[in-house]
Amino acid sequence: MEENKKLELKKIAVNVRKGVIEGTFNAKSGHPGGSLSIADVITYLYFAKMNVDPANPDDENRDRFVLSKGHTAPALYAALAHKGFFPVELIKTLRKPDSILQGHPSMRYTPGVDMSTGSLGQGISVACGMALAGKLKGKDYKVYTILGDGEIEEGQVWEAAMFAGNRQLDNLVAVVDYNNLQIDGSLDEVNSPYPIKEKFEAFNWNVIEINGHCFCEIEDAFTKADECKGKPICIISKSVKGKGVSFMENKCDWHGSAPNAEQYEIAMAELDKAMADLEV
Amino acid sequence: MADVIKCATRDAYGAALKELGSRDDILVLDADLAKATKTITFKKEFPDKFIDCGIAESNMMGIAAGLATTGYTVFASSFAMFAAGRAFEQVRNSIAYPKLNVKIGATHAGISVGEDGASHQCCEDIALMRSIPNMVIINPADDVEAKQAVFAAAEHDGPVYMRFGRLAVPRVNAEDYKFELGKGVMLKDGKDVTIVATGLMVNEALIAAESLKAEGIDARVINIHTIKPLDRDIIIKAAKETGAIVTAEEHSVIGGLGGAVAEVLCEECPVPVVRLGVEDTFGKSGPALELLKIYGLDAENIAIKAKKAYELKK
Repeated sequence: MEENKKLELKKIAVNVRKGVIEGTFNAKSGHPGGSLSIADVITYLYFAKMNVDPANPDDENRDRFVLSKGHTAPALYAALAHKGFFPVELIKTLRKPDSILQGHPSMRYTPGVDMSTGSLGQGISVACGMALAGKLKGKDYKVYTILGDGEIEEGQVWEAAMFAGNRQLDNLVAVVDYNNLQIDGSLDEVNSPYPIKEKFEAFNWNVIEINGHCFCEIEDAFTKADECKGKPICIISKSVKGKGVSFMENKCDWHGSAPNAEQYEIAMAELDKAMADLEV
Repeated sequence: MADVIKCATRDAYGAALKELGSRDDILVLDADLAKATKTITFKKEFPDKFIDCGIAESNMMGIAAGLATTGYTVFASSFAMFAAGRAFEQVRNSIAYPKLNVKIGATHAGISVGEDGASHQCCEDIALMRSIPNMVIINPADDVEAKQAVFAAAEHDGPVYMRFGRLAVPRVNAEDYKFELGKGVMLKDGKDVTIVATGLMVNEALIAAESLKAEGIDARVINIHTIKPLDRDIIIKAAKETGAIVTAEEHSVIGGLGGAVAEVLCEECPVPVVRLGVEDTFGKSGPALELLKIYGLDAENIAIKAKKAYELKK
């Protein structure tokens, strides 16, 4: 990856993270931890990978994105806003009455949202349906979905994985955001879904493992996904819950709590510093 | 009665899908029950537009939603128990909330599933589906109505739940019958009491009205094929004009047609309402016709309940 491109993506990712903090702080609720952990992957998808156009959000040939881990909507909204689907200022209206930004994604309220999600395990099935439609219609669009690693404890994920494997949906890429934390603790403490790689492979998927905060590895993975034929692709993206805000990192308590005013200031200062460091 | 045509509404579902199959936007999904839901009729004619999702109803509803986001009109089929029951939350969150064009063909509804017994006799599906915003519910009385209901569902913008039976039931509608979504049908006028029926109970209601006539009670009979949105006007008018209502359905007395009618009338025109349906109990195995009698889902019991409603208004 070119240094300039990488730098540009890193800056956008900082802005996405700031959007997560801005949104959850103003809403006094929401899910910053998992939003921060997917910030880099979602930045890459919207700013370096997906064929989407804010001026034509319903283009039938566009790539699709389904946030199966719908509670991390703040990251999606921040990416969509910075991409130009709606004004960045609206991030502050997250979760408020009359806002286009619902607590979990809704395709009926928010430009650029391809599917309403929020109930875990359901998004990947919908992504399978979108991918199957692409095959039936002879379209060459791709469908991307991001699942939480805790989310894959839902049985429906494996119904969908079986379907996608059997139907050879190689236009489907499912990212598992592997931060090893869910609400009640670490994955293995709660109800271990491990081994993740072998499970997807057993369902006839191609599996790629990456560091989900390294744009070079992210790009390599999505490029490999394009080259893969005959199987859906799972990218296991090792990440840090709360990434980019020091006091939120690796703390499952930040799964579903918003920062208070003091924490907001600290978080924003850290992210501003991260941006300043990139601009040197 | 020997010349009465009998046909299961699930057969009409399969036949209607086959007629719709030439439309480019139509896809049919099933969950390993094509021979029973009769989607096999479609599959034989349009194998490339039929997708068997296997025994995974929750995923099937998500697949249907995903296909629908790209412009397809998707018919997703299974038994009522699994379509409305197991996949309830997928229907709510992945189909109804985003208001996608998924039409749920739910066969083997009610106690008349017969020998398979309680695990498969879904008497709660109308209650479940009725509670979901954006959902339209159709429960046809016979094959003529069922076929037209499928065409109407295909035209409707948004999700539809269609309830079909396994049992061959007598045809009550003429071949040139015109189905209108959301409009109740007065099959017989009357002034003393109104029987509001749905599904296979419509035919029983007509028989009951005949027997009531012999006892000097002039019963009106209304077929409510669309349970949601409910034709409030025809029900309020019946309450005003006849002063007593009996509801009849092959569904739990909780939350189905009886519940819907009672909700409207206690707010708009309180009159005695007697609900006939499966009492708050699970079914049992047995031949369908015997079960319908055992659970009181027949003309004889409708007449008894109608007399009760009629007495209550005095």
